Amino acid sequence: MLIKLGKENLQSEFVKLVERISGEELANCYQCGNCTGGCPVSFAMDFGPREIIRLLQLGQEDAVKNSNSMWLCVGCLQCYCRCPKGVSAAKILEALRQITLRKGDDHAQIKEIAFPFMKNAPQQAIVCGFRKFVS
Amino acid sequence: MKISYYPGCTLNTVAKGFDTSARQSAVLLGFELKELVQWNCCGAAFPLTPDNVMGLTAPAKVLSNARKEGDTVTTLCSVCYNVLKRTNKVVRDDKEKRGVINNFIEEEYDGSLNVIHFLEVLRDKIGFDKVKAAVKRPLKGVKAGAYYGCMLLRPFEDMGIDNAEAPTIFEDLLKTLGCEPVEFPNKIECCGTHLAMGNEDVVTKLSGNVLSSAKNKGAEIIVTSCPLCQYNLEKSQKRMEGSVGGTQMPSLYFTQLLGLALGQDEGSLGLEKNLFDVRPVLKGKGI
Ligand code: SF4
Ligand code: SF4
Repeated sequence: MLIKLGKENLQSEFVKLVERISGEELANCYQCGNCTGGCPVSFAMDFGPREIIRLLQLGQEDAVKNSNSMWLCVGCLQCYCRCPKGVSAAKILEALRQITLRKGDDHAQIKEIAFPFMKNAPQQAIVCGFRKFVS
Repeated sequence: MKISYYPGCTLNTVAKGFDTSARQSAVLLGFELKELVQWNCCGAAFPLTPDNVMGLTAPAKVLSNARKEGDTVTTLCSVCYNVLKRTNKVVRDDKEKRGVINNFIEEEYDGSLNVIHFLEVLRDKIGFDKVKAAVKRPLKGVKAGAYYGCMLLRPFEDMGIDNAEAPTIFEDLLKTLGCEPVEFPNKIECCGTHLAMGNEDVVTKLSGNVLSSAKNKGAEIIVTSCPLCQYNLEKSQKRMEGSVGGTQMPSLYFTQLLGLALGQDEGSLGLEKNLFDVRPVLKGKGI
């Protein structure tokens, strides 16, 4: 992957916004990969949590936004529990979701959710799913 | 003894057996789970970003109402427990957020409630030795995998129910019921949670990993403390039926197992709602 680095990426408004909403400092991550090692869904993510943080450190807004990673994070906190630097990738991925949802860009359309699921699933799955996928 | 009890939405509807088996078990152990007079949904997800104060208002309302009825509240669902306990800590320790939340919900709540899981009630308030003494039908020789999932344990500094990497509270309970708990690597891994909404393949993989990990270590049944874990484990097994690596393992709530061991009337346990019935396993052991 070709990455163009410049001041405009490294100090972009987007990166600052991620830091502000998540409360995490991206520079604290030293890329050991423990988070991705513990992440149960990294196998399905375009970029695992470590890579997402690296891309953000390098200001790669589009790569991060266009990846499926934020929508697959289950918020299990294994990344945070195993991070030797106390970084929470979970918060960073939640911030990415929030940035998208707060613009009104929903990830799930309520009318497209299968009826049997709405009828039989535990309420908590529906409430939690809406919180993560719908603005 | 009476303990204030917050059922949460799911136990009031699709996971009724989790609720009734716990209430009945409490009676058999000599105490009452007293449902809160007023409660609402906890929101089902603790907001991970610190700037999302809105997500804390629903659980704060629950806590504030519960505080009016006593100093302690217990809950059964791991997610409710996680959301309520973490929100309580924010209200208690963060003065600024407390002010905003109280303003919004029109209450004066200070975070002084004690939020405990029903497993903690059994361990710390009743005592596992007393539970053991009340067992009428020991589940001798039943190899059970205790599945914690995420929300009971993490993050440790907020939950503190047990060691977050190597917990034993669940196994300790199973031992008091006569079971042989099985240690398996995926006991604290995620089931796939809300990805059940639209991403079943990932859930099947995650839950499948939990089930096969338990099975490989010899588990005959798997025990849960969350309706969403229960749902994902059961549905994943249904989806994998007949495929290589598929399992057919009864999965049930720990309170259903507790009820069985205490000699509770089977009609109030909700076992018929479980997709894979535990009773043939018990029968096979002469229980
Ligand atoms: S575990 Fe922590 S320090 Fe290591 S790569 Fe992940 S976020 Fe960075
Ligand atoms: S919280 Fe998200 S990023 Fe972290 S380990 Fe879990 S799924 Fe992976």
